[in-house]
Amino acid sequence: MSEFTLQELRNVVKAAVNADDLGEIGEETLDTEFIELGYDSLALLEVLSVIQREYGLRLPDEATESMQTPGEALAYINERFKAAEGSR
Amino acid sequence: MSAPEMVITGLGVVAPTGLDAEEHWSAVLSGKSGIGRITRFDPSGYPVVLGGEVPDFTAKERIPQRLVPQTDHWTHMALYGAEAALGDAGVDPAERSEYEMAVVTSSSSGGTEFGQNEMSGLYGKGPGWVGVYQSIAWFYAATTGQISIRNGMRGPCGVVCAEQAGGLDAIGQARRLLRDDVRMVVTGGTDASLCPYGLVAQMQTGLLSESEDTARAYLPFDADACGYVPGEGGAILIAERGEEAAERGAGYGAVLGYASGFEPPGRPSSLARTLRRALDDARVDPGDVDAVFADGMGDLRQDRIEADAIASVFGPGAVPVTAPKVLSGRLYGGGAPLDVATALLGIRDGVVPHTPGTTRPVDGIDLVRDQPRETGPRTVLVIARGYGGFNAALVLGALER
Repeated sequence: MSEFTLQELRNVVKAAVNADDLGEIGEETLDTEFIELGYDSLALLEVLSVIQREYGLRLPDEATESMQTPGEALAYINERFKAAEGSR
Repeated sequence: MSAPEMVITGLGVVAPTGLDAEEHWSAVLSGKSGIGRITRFDPSGYPVVLGGEVPDFTAKERIPQRLVPQTDHWTHMALYGAEAALGDAGVDPAERSEYEMAVVTSSSSGGTEFGQNEMSGLYGKGPGWVGVYQSIAWFYAATTGQISIRNGMRGPCGVVCAEQAGGLDAIGQARRLLRDDVRMVVTGGTDASLCPYGLVAQMQTGLLSESEDTARAYLPFDADACGYVPGEGGAILIAERGEEAAERGAGYGAVLGYASGFEPPGRPSSLARTLRRALDDARVDPGDVDAVFADGMGDLRQDRIEADAIASVFGPGAVPVTAPKVLSGRLYGGGAPLDVATALLGIRDGVVPHTPGTTRPVDGIDLVRDQPRETGPRTVLVIARGYGGFNAALVLGALER
């Protein structure tokens, strides 16, 4: 598949935990830790669930360890997509 | 006179009768009921159709938005109630030592509505559709935990699950903590189980009213008693040491005594003994009690047991007895804290509120009917009984000013 974009990450995070009082996910916060933006470990697990449901991509719970910032999340998810395509 | 050991300094009422203490109190005095046909789901098809719902409570307007999808309706109401109670008490948690603040709430149902939604996902779509917040939202201690986290209260925290009696047990536990290193406790509780799963679970007790007549559905201590109406909400209370409350001139009344007991099903009731133990603990003679806020289950047999216990402790008809909870329904973990709030407002304003609806009261007790009595109560006993045999009693007293 084509690249998993920042906009798509924003959408899945919004689908997982939607609230005005959480930090914005964008170009300027790519390197800010999710925890600093107001997302806790459970929020990240919920993000994983949404990605798995909506994209059919299998991700282990430990994936959150490789997704501490939005930038890391994008890199990790794209890597997993590539790996999934490669094994097809 | 020395300051009392424990004083209630803040009330946060979230009830079918009102979204704050004063609104609730004026509804109680005017006999305005919060009971109606259940609207949180369509109850047609269920034998129980009436409930006491908290009107106009929209969580996202009342609590931090991110907590709304992470917690159950019962926690939403408690978070709002805690904020109201802290404000009422004039307590700013940020100015206090975090380990001297504790949270002890009561919960009977946990997060049933949240759990029902997640189970619908599980059985309807699959395990991947169960949200992660189910892991914390259903749990009985969720409300205590969220209040603790939100306000930075890191003293001893806990939850008491003893059905309707739990609300008094939580206050009893708060008193134990105040005797130790804790200086302020957020206590009381809420409950909310007006969803199909919650309602069906409650119906198993056989104690719920199947009446569709809002004025006649819940008639405790009446010859026509036909069960009780379930409700949601409750009250969050701020408890502090008496001397500290006195320094600020704060407080609705003192907690003078507490006792709890258990009545194994099928065995003689221990309720009278619990009432006596609470009075002994408070060092109050039965003759000095000005009013009793009864549990009033609305079941002929259970009401008889309670009336007999009251009559045996105080003498037949010797003390005014009331159950204003007919206006809200039984709120389980939130019920007794709401009764405590109502009783404290009664002490403040010198009034014993009435029990609307009851027309043919059982003998042996002086049930306050038709209208409130302006008798200036200063010492009040609150009784709570929980399904399964829990019972508890709390003695409240006016502050010396």
